[in-house]
Amino acid sequence: MQQTAAVQFKNITKTFGSVTANRDVTMSVEKGEILSLLGENGSGKTTLMNMLSGIYYPDGGEIYINGEKANIASPKDAFTYGIGMVHQHFKLIDVLTAAENIVLGLKGKLNTKEAAEKIKEICDKYGFDVDPNQKIYNMSVSQKQTVEIVKVLYRGADILILDEPTAVLTPQETEKLFAVLRNMKNDGKSIVIITHKLHEVEAISDRVAILRKGEYVGSLITSESNAQEMTDMMVGHAVTLNIERPDVVNSKPRLKIENLSVVDAEGINKLTDINFTVNSGEILGIAGISGCGQKELLEAIAGLQPTQSGTVVFIEDNGDEENLIGKDPLEIAKLGVTLSFVPEDRLGMGLVGSMDLTDNMMLRSFRSGKSIFADRKSPKKLAEEVVDELEVVTPSVDTEVRKLSGGNVQKVLVGREISNKPKVLMTAYAVRGLDINSSYAIYDLINKQKKEGAAVIFVGEDLDVLLALSDRILVLCEGKVSGIVDGRTAEKNQVGLLMTKVGGEQ
Amino acid sequence: MNFHISKRADVKWQVSWGVRAAAIVIALLICAVMTTIITGDNPIEVYKAMIVGAFGSARKSWVTLQNVAVLLLISLALTPAFKMKFWNIGGEGQVLIGGLAAAACMITLEGKLPSAAIMILMVITSVAAGAFWGFVPAICKAKWNTNETLSTLMMNYIATQLVAYYVVVWEVPKGSGKIGIINQNSHAGWLPELFGSKYILSILIAVIATVAMYIYLKSSKQGYEISVVGESENTAKYVGIKVPKVIVRTMLISGAICGLAGLLLVGSINHTITTTISNGQGFTAVMVSWLAKFNPITMVFTSLLIVFMNRGASEISTAFGLNQSFADIMTGIILFFIIGCEFFINYKVTVAKKNKVKEEA
Repeated sequence: MQQTAAVQFKNITKTFGSVTANRDVTMSVEKGEILSLLGENGSGKTTLMNMLSGIYYPDGGEIYINGEKANIASPKDAFTYGIGMVHQHFKLIDVLTAAENIVLGLKGKLNTKEAAEKIKEICDKYGFDVDPNQKIYNMSVSQKQTVEIVKVLYRGADILILDEPTAVLTPQETEKLFAVLRNMKNDGKSIVIITHKLHEVEAISDRVAILRKGEYVGSLITSESNAQEMTDMMVGHAVTLNIERPDVVNSKPRLKIENLSVVDAEGINKLTDINFTVNSGEILGIAGISGCGQKELLEAIAGLQPTQSGTVVFIEDNGDEENLIGKDPLEIAKLGVTLSFVPEDRLGMGLVGSMDLTDNMMLRSFRSGKSIFADRKSPKKLAEEVVDELEVVTPSVDTEVRKLSGGNVQKVLVGREISNKPKVLMTAYAVRGLDINSSYAIYDLINKQKKEGAAVIFVGEDLDVLLALSDRILVLCEGKVSGIVDGRTAEKNQVGLLMTKVGGEQ
Repeated sequence: MNFHISKRADVKWQVSWGVRAAAIVIALLICAVMTTIITGDNPIEVYKAMIVGAFGSARKSWVTLQNVAVLLLISLALTPAFKMKFWNIGGEGQVLIGGLAAAACMITLEGKLPSAAIMILMVITSVAAGAFWGFVPAICKAKWNTNETLSTLMMNYIATQLVAYYVVVWEVPKGSGKIGIINQNSHAGWLPELFGSKYILSILIAVIATVAMYIYLKSSKQGYEISVVGESENTAKYVGIKVPKVIVRTMLISGAICGLAGLLLVGSINHTITTTISNGQGFTAVMVSWLAKFNPITMVFTSLLIVFMNRGASEISTAFGLNQSFADIMTGIILFFIIGCEFFINYKVTVAKKNKVKEEA
C-alpha cells in the first residue's frame, strides 16, 4: 500500500440510476506530481474528481488522503483535506472583485486589504497575474480561470483538480498556465488535470491515468509513452489519427459574404467589413481565438444576429442569388435555402434539453403540414434513424436529451441538421468536449456532406484538426479577416500567427 | 449520522405515487395529532365532518364539483402561460374583468335584446375582456421585456377597482353598495341550466376545457412552440419561432379562458358581481397548476383536493365550533407534505454513519 500517496482511491464505485459512472476504481495521485486523467467522454473522469472534491459521494469504496481514510461529504470537507477543484464552468460572481470572490464563503471578518496581500503573496509565489480589485465581468476567460485557481490555493489546497482547463485558452495562455502549474508542482502540490488534448498531456504531466467506461485501465509515465499508446489504452482499440480530406469536386460559389459588419448591444464592433466566399463541396475552416467574432459571423449568416451593414448572398445551383440579411431563420428556410447550423451552445440553442429525441427532431420540421397538430411520426422515425446510423447511445428515443452524454447530444444535433441535405452546413466547435471516437464520427459526417456538395463552414479550435480537415482556412482576429490560407499547404504556426494579427497587419 | 442525497435517475410511477400516498398519510396523521392537541376533538370525527362537508349530500357534492370546475378552469387558463415560463399571476384580474363584462351585458341590455342575444354578447365580451387583460402584460413583455409578474399583478388591482366602481354605478338599491341578483325577475342573460341542473354547465365547460387544453399542449404545433419558448428562447429563435408572437398569442388564450371563468361565475353561478367574486382563485389556481406540474389531467385531482379541503374546512368550523383558521392550518400541513414529497420523488436520501463507509459492491 502506498501510504505516502496524496490521494488513494480504493474500489470507488458510483452509479447514477442504472448508469455506472465509476466501477471499482483503485488509483493514486502522488505528492508533487502532475497527473493527467485521460478518458473518452462519459468515462467517469469528472465524476471521480467530483467525489474527491465533495460534490458527489461514492456509493462504494474508500478515499485515503495522505494515507488516512477520508470522509468527504461536501466541498467544505474537501477543503479541510486540502483538496480544491477548478471546474470547467467557472463559479464566480461577476459583480464582485477578484479578492471578494476569493474570500467568499470563508469564515471570519471580511478584510479585503489583508486578503489582497495574501493573494499577492500567492501570485508572486507561483507567477500568477491577478489584480485583486478588478471586477470579474471585466476579466478575460483566462483571468477568470486564474482567479479560480488562486481561490483554491487561498484556501490552502495541496491537491488541485483542474477540469479541462485549456478548453477556453489560447495557446499562449495555455503555456502560461502550464508554467504556473509547474511552479506549484515544484512547491510540492499534487495536480490532477482532466483533458482530452493529448499534446497537452505530453507537455505538462508526469503521469497519465486512464479511465475507460468508468473503470481504471492503468497509468503510464508520460516520458516513456506516446500519444498512440495513450489513445490505444483510452479507446481500447487503435484509432487512426488521420482525418480524411476528400478532394474538392464540382465546386462553385454557394455563399458570398460582402462587407459584413456587426455591432453588439454595447456598441462594440464584433465584425468589421468581412468578405469571403464559401464554395459548394468544400470545407471552409474558421480559426481564431475565442471571442474573435466566429459566433457572430455564423449567427449573422443564420439570420440570428442583426447586422450593421453588408450582404450574405446565397447562390442557387442555377445562379439565382438571394440576400439572406434581414431575414429570420424561418424566412430563410421558406426561400428554400437549406441552411443547417450546429451552434456552439448545443443544449441552450440547438436543442431543448428537457425534451426527448423525437421532440428535438421536430424543432426544424414541426410546422410542416396544414394540420394544427404537429406530426410526431416522421420525427420519431428520423430520431430512430439518427440513433441507428450515428450510433447514439440512449435508452430510447423518448429519453430527455439532457440525460445523454456530450458526444451523444452532439450526434443528435448534427444528425438533425444534416437530415435535410443542407446546401450550407455551419458547425461551431462541433467536437468540443467530445471523445476521439465521437469526434471522428462527426468529421466523417461533415466530410460526407462535403462530398454531397454542401458548402461547409467549420469553426474549430484545434488547429491540427482544422489543418487536417479544411480545404481553406479563414482566420479571424478581433472581428476582421486576417487571412485565408490553403488547408493543404498551410503551416500551423502560420495560422497561429494570423490568429493574433488584426487584419493581417504586423 | 450523515445524510447523502442523490438524484434518482428514472423514477418509476409506482415509486412516485407511493411517495405521494405516504406523504398524504403522514400529513393526515400529523393533522390528527394537531387536532387532538389544539382542540381536544377526536380527529376521526373531524375528518368525517370534512367529508360530510364536501360530499355529505347531493347538493353539497354538486357545489363541490362546481367549485372544482371553476378552479380547474382558471388553472387550465394559467397553464399555457406557465409552461411558457410567463408568470401570469393575473388570473384574478382576468376572471374579474370577464365577469364584469358579462355583468355589464346583463345589466345594460336587459329588455333591449332577447336573452339569447344577451348571452351571445356576454360570451364574446367576457372572453374578449379576459383576453385583453392578458394581452396588455404580454405585449409589454414582448416589446419591452417588462416583468410580467408585476404587470399581471397590477392588472389585478385595475380590474378590482373597475368592478368596485361599477358596483357603485349599478348598485341596487341605491346606497346599498351591492348589485344584488341581476335580472332576478327576467333572468335575462342567465346562462341556461343544462339537464335541469344549474351546476352542470360549469362542470361541462371545465371537462371540455381540460381535454382541449391537454390536447392543445401535447399535440398541437402551438403547444409545441409554447414548450420550446418556455424551455429556451434561444432555441426558439434558432428555429425561427417568433417569440413575441407566441407570448402574445398564449396570453390571449390564457386571459380568454380566465374571462370564460368570470362569465360562468357571473352568468351561471352567482348572477351578481362583487370585487371578491373570484375569491382569490386566480392565485389558488397558480398552486393547482404547479402541483399538477402543468398537466391538465392531473389538475382535476389537485383542484379537487384544494376545493375538498376548503369545503371540509367550512364544515368543521361550524360543526365543531372551530374557526376557519384551524382548517387553514390543516390545509397548510397537507399542502406542505404534498409539495415537500416531490423532493423525495426526485431524490434518494441514504444514511451513512461517519467513519464507517458502507461496504457495497
